[in-house]
Amino acid sequence: MTDRKIRVLVAKPGLDGHDRGAKVVARALRDAGMEVIYTGLRQTPEMIAEAALQEDVDIVGLSILSGAHMALAPRILELLKANGQNEVKVFIGGIIPDEDMPRLKEIGISGIYGPGASTDEIIKDVREAVKP
Amino acid sequence: MLTESVLEGNRLALARLLTQVENDSPGGRLALAELFPYTGQAHLIGVTGAPGTGKSSLVNQLALHYRKNQDTKIAIVAVDPSSPFTGGAVLGDRVRMRDLSGDSGVFIRSMAARGSLGGIAQKTAALVQVFDAAGYGIIIIETVGAGQSEVDVARLAHTTVVVEAPGLGDDIQAIKAGILEIADVLVINKADRPGVESTERALRSALELAHPTKRVFRHHGQMLSVSAAEIDPMQWMPPINKTVATEGKGIPEVAESIAKHAAHLRQSGDWAARDRARLGSELEASLREALMDRFLENIHPEKYDKVLERVLNRDLSPSEAVNFLLNGAFPHPNPSLRSASQSPTGRGAEDEA
Repeated sequence: MTDRKIRVLVAKPGLDGHDRGAKVVARALRDAGMEVIYTGLRQTPEMIAEAALQEDVDIVGLSILSGAHMALAPRILELLKANGQNEVKVFIGGIIPDEDMPRLKEIGISGIYGPGASTDEIIKDVREAVKP
Repeated sequence: MLTESVLEGNRLALARLLTQVENDSPGGRLALAELFPYTGQAHLIGVTGAPGTGKSSLVNQLALHYRKNQDTKIAIVAVDPSSPFTGGAVLGDRVRMRDLSGDSGVFIRSMAARGSLGGIAQKTAALVQVFDAAGYGIIIIETVGAGQSEVDVARLAHTTVVVEAPGLGDDIQAIKAGILEIADVLVINKADRPGVESTERALRSALELAHPTKRVFRHHGQMLSVSAAEIDPMQWMPPINKTVATEGKGIPEVAESIAKHAAHLRQSGDWAARDRARLGSELEASLREALMDRFLENIHPEKYDKVLERVLNRDLSPSEAVNFLLNGAFPHPNPSLRSASQSPTGRGAEDEA
């Protein structure tokens, strides 16, 4: 097989309109040689799961600054599984309080990145997470 | 089996197969061969134009229109450029297609060009075949927005829609060879902006140059010019449609132009001719690739490198090198054409290579 490109969906669920973080991550992953599908603002969990399915991505990055992560993240994981994409990983960037992290890790979020997280770290983790 | 699930309409199987085909995996090739007999049903519509003309918005609206008015599934293959340095890509066409989500009769797939320069990726045609076999009656191919040379889409699509917008260039841009010549339907998007009249005028005169009117002499020596299409109904004159895609204005008219073009293709026999040209060039490309693979398998890498080295030293021209590699014969160019001073390394015997 010729080299399998890592395909990443970068999505912005919820209602806040700040997409700079999502764009920075999308660009960093692109520069790391990945193919990044960017969906834009204000996506519902259903839209994100549908895009993940159609694009057959390996991993989904969610940018959540609204504080709704405890509702959005489990819902998206649930929809991915319902579509048969059990192996697709999900990571989150945004403002996530420390006390929510254990629960998010528990439900299967592969990485959580707050302000100041380095893109190198995200790239390394993404590569690690999608290893077969 | 993946192909069976795809034929049954399983979307996850379809998505996975598209990945395999895009990566040219052995499984993907096999599946494509199995699906091939089911292809040839869909109407392939190419949408191309410069960056920022609104291709994605137009595709979004067209797909919405088709879903409302026709009983068929729609596939969209949206190609964006890959970085030549890292091979990575940001594929952002979905941003403008959010109206389509939630409709299971629409399948959008983003594709990176992966080094291909013609506006579509090398595997775009193969992905289109998968959608065709999976029963998608209309397949819209959106090219990379690069401007003047992405003509590959015209080879792939039955109907090529070229999207322009006011204020992008003067009339010289419009008569340059390339993108306008491949247009079957022209769209001036953002038609609520100033300058739309002059864009239309420039396009119209460019079209008249490309599709010259036939002149009929009358007996008083007067000349009456009649457009070619009026005399010869077999000839297609690309219509110009004006749209404001973000507001959905002018979309039914574009869909109608596309439908008229499809009818024209079928009537004139061009549909079959285009299929033939497309599959012919596909066959040729596959053959070229296979021959290259076979050739590289059978040649000693060292020999290849040595020949390359001689080309680098300007000792052999590329065409001489090819002759040498294919026929094993050492080329004997006319020595008078190349004096010793021009070839300081000397032109030794074959064993020197």
